[in-house]
Amino acid sequence: MSTVTEPVVPPVVDEPVTGMSLRALAWRRLRRDRGAMFAMYLLIFIFLTAIFTPLIVSLLGLDPYAFDGTALDPSQGSLPAGPWGGASLDHPLGVEPLTGRDLLARLLYGARVSLFIALTSVVIIAVIGTTIGIVAGYKGGWLDTIIGRSTDLLLAFPFFLMLIALSPVLTQRLEAAGLSPEAARIGYLILVFAFFGWPYLARLIRGQVLSLREREFVEAAVASGAPTRRILFKEMLPNLWAPIIVYVTISMPTLIAAEAVLSYLGVGIIEPTPSWGKMLADSVRYFAVVPTYLFIPGTALFIVVYAFNVFGDAVRDALDPRTGRGTR
Amino acid sequence: MTAEPILSADALVKHFPITKGAIRKKTIGTVNAVNGISIGVAPGETLGLVGESGCGKSTAGRTLLKLLEPTAGNVWYDGRDITGLTKREMVPLRRELQMIFQDPYSSLNPRHTVGSIISAPYEVQKIDPPGGVKRAVQETMERVGLNPEHYNRYPNEFSGGQRQRIGIARAVTLRPKVVVCDEPVSALDVSIQAQVINLLQDLQDEFGIAYVFVAHDLSVVRQMSHRVAVMYLGSIVEITDRDSLYAKPLHPYTHALMSAVPVPDPRVEATRERIVLQGDLPSPINLPSGCVFHTRCFRAQDRCRMEVPLLLEYSPGHQVACHYPVTESLGSELIVGPDSGLVELQAPMVQPPSEVIADMESAGSSRPEGVDYAGDPNTFREGDW
Repeated sequence: MSTVTEPVVPPVVDEPVTGMSLRALAWRRLRRDRGAMFAMYLLIFIFLTAIFTPLIVSLLGLDPYAFDGTALDPSQGSLPAGPWGGASLDHPLGVEPLTGRDLLARLLYGARVSLFIALTSVVIIAVIGTTIGIVAGYKGGWLDTIIGRSTDLLLAFPFFLMLIALSPVLTQRLEAAGLSPEAARIGYLILVFAFFGWPYLARLIRGQVLSLREREFVEAAVASGAPTRRILFKEMLPNLWAPIIVYVTISMPTLIAAEAVLSYLGVGIIEPTPSWGKMLADSVRYFAVVPTYLFIPGTALFIVVYAFNVFGDAVRDALDPRTGRGTR
Repeated sequence: MTAEPILSADALVKHFPITKGAIRKKTIGTVNAVNGISIGVAPGETLGLVGESGCGKSTAGRTLLKLLEPTAGNVWYDGRDITGLTKREMVPLRRELQMIFQDPYSSLNPRHTVGSIISAPYEVQKIDPPGGVKRAVQETMERVGLNPEHYNRYPNEFSGGQRQRIGIARAVTLRPKVVVCDEPVSALDVSIQAQVINLLQDLQDEFGIAYVFVAHDLSVVRQMSHRVAVMYLGSIVEITDRDSLYAKPLHPYTHALMSAVPVPDPRVEATRERIVLQGDLPSPINLPSGCVFHTRCFRAQDRCRMEVPLLLEYSPGHQVACHYPVTESLGSELIVGPDSGLVELQAPMVQPPSEVIADMESAGSSRPEGVDYAGDPNTFREGDW
């Protein structure tokens, strides 16, 4: 170090006088909510499991795609041999009827697919919905009118019907574009979820922006000569994180359930890729003889959706500005 | 006016169209917020702009800064007509024209730290002060009475008065030439008001800032201003230097405004005659014919209903827009005039004179008849200033 003169102002690092941001306050409130914290740890666990599925499955010595005839009982028409859906040390949650594929492995791989689709869709929805909502709300005028009418149009669409009707055409297109059949199905679901999902968020954000833009700090930014881009993304966006985060956590379970429904209806994921929806669809046929087959993906879906809902509600409560100005 | 104005308006008009229909907008009416006002403020001077709520004083302040586009008329800054400048062309001027807002809660972004709020003008204007932005910001914070160590705190940790100091720091940190203060103290309690006013005056003395001080509180305006313009329904009805306005108001509306200020002396308050305006402020959508004030004026004649009074010079430097200016004494000017001395009047307030106490006792618990209590909602019908 050469002779650098000491700055007059003491550096902040020496004595941290940083205050509590609203985010820190919200986090403190969230941490006090036991149910929410439990849901959060559960979700972290689920996401980690989904990320490390291949590792976990191979460590357990399982394979989601391998047929296992030994676990089946040919005398009963290839139903799983033994009680509890053929649960054994080799197959902890039992096996699939007819094929003998391991259910735990398929459940874990299925979670991976479901979470990937839901998460990707929700990120795309958040980006598109927020951008369009902010612009429509701040700019107003004819732009707002056009965006408002298009969102109305999209919201009026019979979404599920369109989804089923468009499925063959669009998946073929995606396959023609060079995607594998599996990737084309996943891509199709993400595309459709995103396309029909953003208008809800855009509306929500637009409403928020309409009230935000009347606040004097926006005028203060204009008065200092700030360009519109800065006002939208530096002044407004930080105030919109709360509704965006809440919307995202609330939509995750809806999307996971929607993927399950579509796969159940045969529009979503196809063989041999596992997905919770498809497992549910298959299991219904065997419900009378192998009830565990239905309960396993059903319980998993229930836990994930419930955890997301509890966590989403708690996040909304924690971020709600009406819960105080930080004096709690 | 002694010096050349640095910022001035020339027959400034601001109308807001009332539209109907979503795509093909039809104008079905106009809110005549500002109707041709001509005002100017010289370097280092404070021009007070008073009037009741809805009279267009805030709109006038914002239009002067071109935060609103004027409908007609011109805005001049530093000898240059800035009326037609686009938003982009205005950007370099924004460092010299600043604004302080009324609401210290909504004027600070709750998600930004104090440091980033005050340094925003540097970022936007791409100014890199010697020693760095942070140091310049902390110097300004110190100057306005904030602890520079609170650089990384969030606005929600500050009181109303401190938040208003943050707003002031943001406005003055680039050393502007003109600052429009839009009711900067009306959201603060009285003890804090005095501190903020003193701060604004100190900053003016130090940096030679010209203020356009928009307010509805006559005593605050009197404390702050060198010259005062009284607005009513989008027009200037009287404009002069502070002392002659408070000593010798000419417009009946100015008299009514002054008469509404309560007097901190129960004897004077009980006996003085008050001018109480009848009715509400007329709608700025349909302005009254002739003089806009004639519907509520206690001196209105036929001529006032027909003929618009021009803003004419009554005595040197004292302009008034009235056909029948008040030249005789109505009593109101004496009460809030420059010689009344609020401090002197505080003594009888602390220890009421014996005859008042005797009066009160003889009247029992009920208050003496005919006494006009300023706090009584039935007798105090003066709008919301």
